[in-house]
Amino acid sequence: MDELRLDGNAAAGTLGEVFSFEVTTAEYACGGCGRTGRLGGAMVYEVRELGVVVRCPSCDNALIRVAHNRGRYLVDLRGTRYLTTG
Amino acid sequence: MVAVRPRRLLWRLEEVVEVVPETPRTKSLVLDVLGWEGHKAGQHVDVWLTAPDGYQAQRSYSIGSAPEDGRLMVTVDRLEEGEVSPYLTDVLEVGDRLELRGPIGGYFTWEEGDGGPLLLVGGGSGVVPLMAMIRHRAAVGSGVPARLLYSSRSYEEIIYRKELENLAARGGSLEVIDTLTRSKPEGWSGYHTRIDAQMLKEVAWPPNESPLDFVCGPTPLVEAVGTALVDLGHDPARVKTERFGATGG
Repeated sequence: MDELRLDGNAAAGTLGEVFSFEVTTAEYACGGCGRTGRLGGAMVYEVRELGVVVRCPSCDNALIRVAHNRGRYLVDLRGTRYLTTG
Repeated sequence: MVAVRPRRLLWRLEEVVEVVPETPRTKSLVLDVLGWEGHKAGQHVDVWLTAPDGYQAQRSYSIGSAPEDGRLMVTVDRLEEGEVSPYLTDVLEVGDRLELRGPIGGYFTWEEGDGGPLLLVGGGSGVVPLMAMIRHRAAVGSGVPARLLYSSRSYEEIIYRKELENLAARGGSLEVIDTLTRSKPEGWSGYHTRIDAQMLKEVAWPPNESPLDFVCGPTPLVEAVGTALVDLGHDPARVKTERFGATGG
């Protein structure tokens, strides 16, 4: 299955299934390089229906991973130092 | 303290009430969305398809209609190898229903109150969310100066060509600048290369006017244009980008 390199805008629907705030305008601080920015401008590698990986555009560190299967979600945020809602 | 919790987006089944061919490769789907709570120009919807064999796929499509239009319109580009777009452009008919959720996204959006001057840069179907901004701008009678720099492969593939010509001819401070990258009609005097730094230097508002830039299209175009605008001195916080996947569709 090919991965699509898009940005945080494309993942807004999926991320909205687990976060109750508007994700595209939320600011992240990357746990890898410290870069801050809006999630809408971060990179997304979308593996279709299995889940979403949001990556830092500077260092490619995985900021957010969301996997979903049969109505259950796994959310991995260890690559994000913090999120501030927009 | 009152916790403000946005409503969870629910999937909804909506009827296609009109199919509008835009170019040989693109069609607009107009959906009757009763109870649509409205959207901002630039937002998108997620579309969910289930094939008869149970295979499921989800894609995002930008909304092309203005919030004021009172109907929901998405424009779909037919990707040859796509799993979803050929169904939407070739098979779907008026009266069919489409499972969707939205509106989605708050980053790549523009409302009249956000001001400008506006520079909209689009490649191919990346013009769709920019068109929603242009239609919104016209619907509210906005005086915010706007320029659209729009890259298409050929004259026939310019989406919304007539409507853009009409809006630009109104003299309402909207300028439309096309560039054709593969073929051009005889006598074409406009740009005929990919968008590059030199073209942006000629078309973009000077940085001291604090322009607000929206760039949408295939990832290579978006990254090249975004970088070039920042190099020209545009404020990175005012250069908003949205990438379309090069494959998948």
